[in-house]
Amino acid sequence: MTRKNIKSPVRETWSHFSRSWFSVSGLIILAFLVVVAVSGKVLTEWFVVFDAETVRLPQKLLPPMSLANTNSFDETKGLLFGRYLLGTDELGRDVFARMLQGSFVSLSIGLFAVGISLVVGISLGGLAGFYGDKKIGIIRVDTLIMRFTDVMLAFPTFFLILTVVALLPPSIYNIMAVIGLTSWMGTARFVRAEFLSLRDADFVVAAKALGASEMRIIFRHMVPNAVAPVFVSATLGVASAILAESALSFLGFGVRPPYATWGNILSDGRSYIFDAPWLFFVPGFAILVVVLAFNLVGEGLREALNPQLRRTK
Amino acid sequence: MMFKYFTRALTQRIFLAFLISIIAHAVVHLAPGEPSEVDPSNPLMKPEDIAQIRMAFHLDQPLYLQYAYWIRDLVNGDLKSFKDSQPVLPKIWERFLNSLPLFFVGTLIVWCLSFPTGIYAAVNRGSKYDRLSTFGSYALISLPSFFLAYVAILWVVNNFGVPVLGMRTFGLEDASGISRFMDRVWHLVLPSFLSAMGGVAVLSRYVRSQMLEVIDQDYVRTARSKGLDEDTVIYKHALRNALLPFITMFGLMLPAMVGGSVIVEQIFAWPGLGRLGYEAILNRDYPVILTLNFIAALLTLLGTFISDVLYAVADPRIRLQ
Repeated sequence: MTRKNIKSPVRETWSHFSRSWFSVSGLIILAFLVVVAVSGKVLTEWFVVFDAETVRLPQKLLPPMSLANTNSFDETKGLLFGRYLLGTDELGRDVFARMLQGSFVSLSIGLFAVGISLVVGISLGGLAGFYGDKKIGIIRVDTLIMRFTDVMLAFPTFFLILTVVALLPPSIYNIMAVIGLTSWMGTARFVRAEFLSLRDADFVVAAKALGASEMRIIFRHMVPNAVAPVFVSATLGVASAILAESALSFLGFGVRPPYATWGNILSDGRSYIFDAPWLFFVPGFAILVVVLAFNLVGEGLREALNPQLRRTK
Repeated sequence: MMFKYFTRALTQRIFLAFLISIIAHAVVHLAPGEPSEVDPSNPLMKPEDIAQIRMAFHLDQPLYLQYAYWIRDLVNGDLKSFKDSQPVLPKIWERFLNSLPLFFVGTLIVWCLSFPTGIYAAVNRGSKYDRLSTFGSYALISLPSFFLAYVAILWVVNNFGVPVLGMRTFGLEDASGISRFMDRVWHLVLPSFLSAMGGVAVLSRYVRSQMLEVIDQDYVRTARSKGLDEDTVIYKHALRNALLPFITMFGLMLPAMVGGSVIVEQIFAWPGLGRLGYEAILNRDYPVILTLNFIAALLTLLGTFISDVLYAVADPRIRLQ
């Protein structure tokens, strides 16, 4: 093998990932989404170019692309070309601006929830994998953590999320936390399995022999090698967190106003499905496209990171 | 050997069930707020009334005693709902019977649709059909379920003109047996299809990947080179070997009866378990919420136990471990 054929792991993963048209288009959509979400935050809250909050009751339920009535409101501020690009809702708010604002909130719910579940999952999985043989009293750490994981896995996730969110005071942070704290179990299992196999790997033994501290071995040597499968479940996790938020909104336990999320725009829109179908279909398709993109990227990553699946490709 | 394997699997489950009951109780009772605070603005609720309610439901006791009371009442069958003081278990049982047909038909749809889809996709790997079904199944799991349900309801009501909400149409009690039966069937079709959609997407992907794994095996190549026709190769030699992991899935579908059905039952006004849970949550009816969560977790344990047992019966290698 010549030097030229040896690729770094990242490049090799990328070359497998980019072979699938699905995953690449998913990635492009996600990049676009990040731009939309950040500009949504900036343009609707910091420099109000698009105005998501003004209530204009005389102009409620206008279809997409309709001209704003500038007679009753002397300013067309907050509108592009003086038009409601995606129509207005039941209070006459601009749906386009609300969707922009909601993209940031929806995405951050997904990311924060997954962040929480990663922190919990990696810590518990790592503890069980690395210090599993230590004992607290008569119980092994591994037994303790993994039985707890089993218990959490036994609850039907959505019903548990619903129960806790409904009992807690309504707040966007509670929703993120609850979704995150009920979805770490897969990650914990992956990380534990990886840690168990890495514990005896040559490079870990070598690091130990060189006198590296335990913390250094764990965070410098083991965690980077154990996170590959976690990437996959994290990507898929964002998708299911966004869906969970919209389902919670549907049941009336979602994010409360003034925050607009795609989930609550969609679930409010269902009452106007005949009079103003855009209120229902715009957020519905937005969620479909974004969640689909996360799922496709996650699946592409799974195939690219798994040598066994690569061979069959 | 077999017996030892089962007893070990069973004792593990019983221990887990005990842990689950503790954690379920803790989760529900540690959350701030109390059932007695559901309606604080009600002027008829005087502080002494609240104190009386708290006493009647042991809410003034420390947590571990509340847990003991809950378990005692659950076992004796005296556990009462906060809302209407009806016993909890018969209430759950009644709703369970309503959920059962939905669950049964839904499961049937999942298995009948995903096997042909997955097998066909695996056999024609890389074809247009394969890519289409891949994309389709991702699209299905990427839709909020209520979005799909609303679109489907609109479509059915506009095109077929049949009522779909609830379990049956009111006022049909005097109708002939056949039209009553058709009414029930129509009410069952849409919700069970919708609750099956996610399952079809996931399971057909799984069938496809299992088939792909088996299709490259030596014995399949041997069968083909023996000159067997393609159908025999696929359905006799490949499929039978790919089936093994699916035995476990039978058991794993049980818990979806509670958790997976909340949204669908809510949309279709179907008086089943998921809807009971939702109503209980709205009313802060702790005994019902708690017992439902516990039962759902028990169903999961039962499901994994059944799948372990089936697997051990089907695959002797497992028992020997």
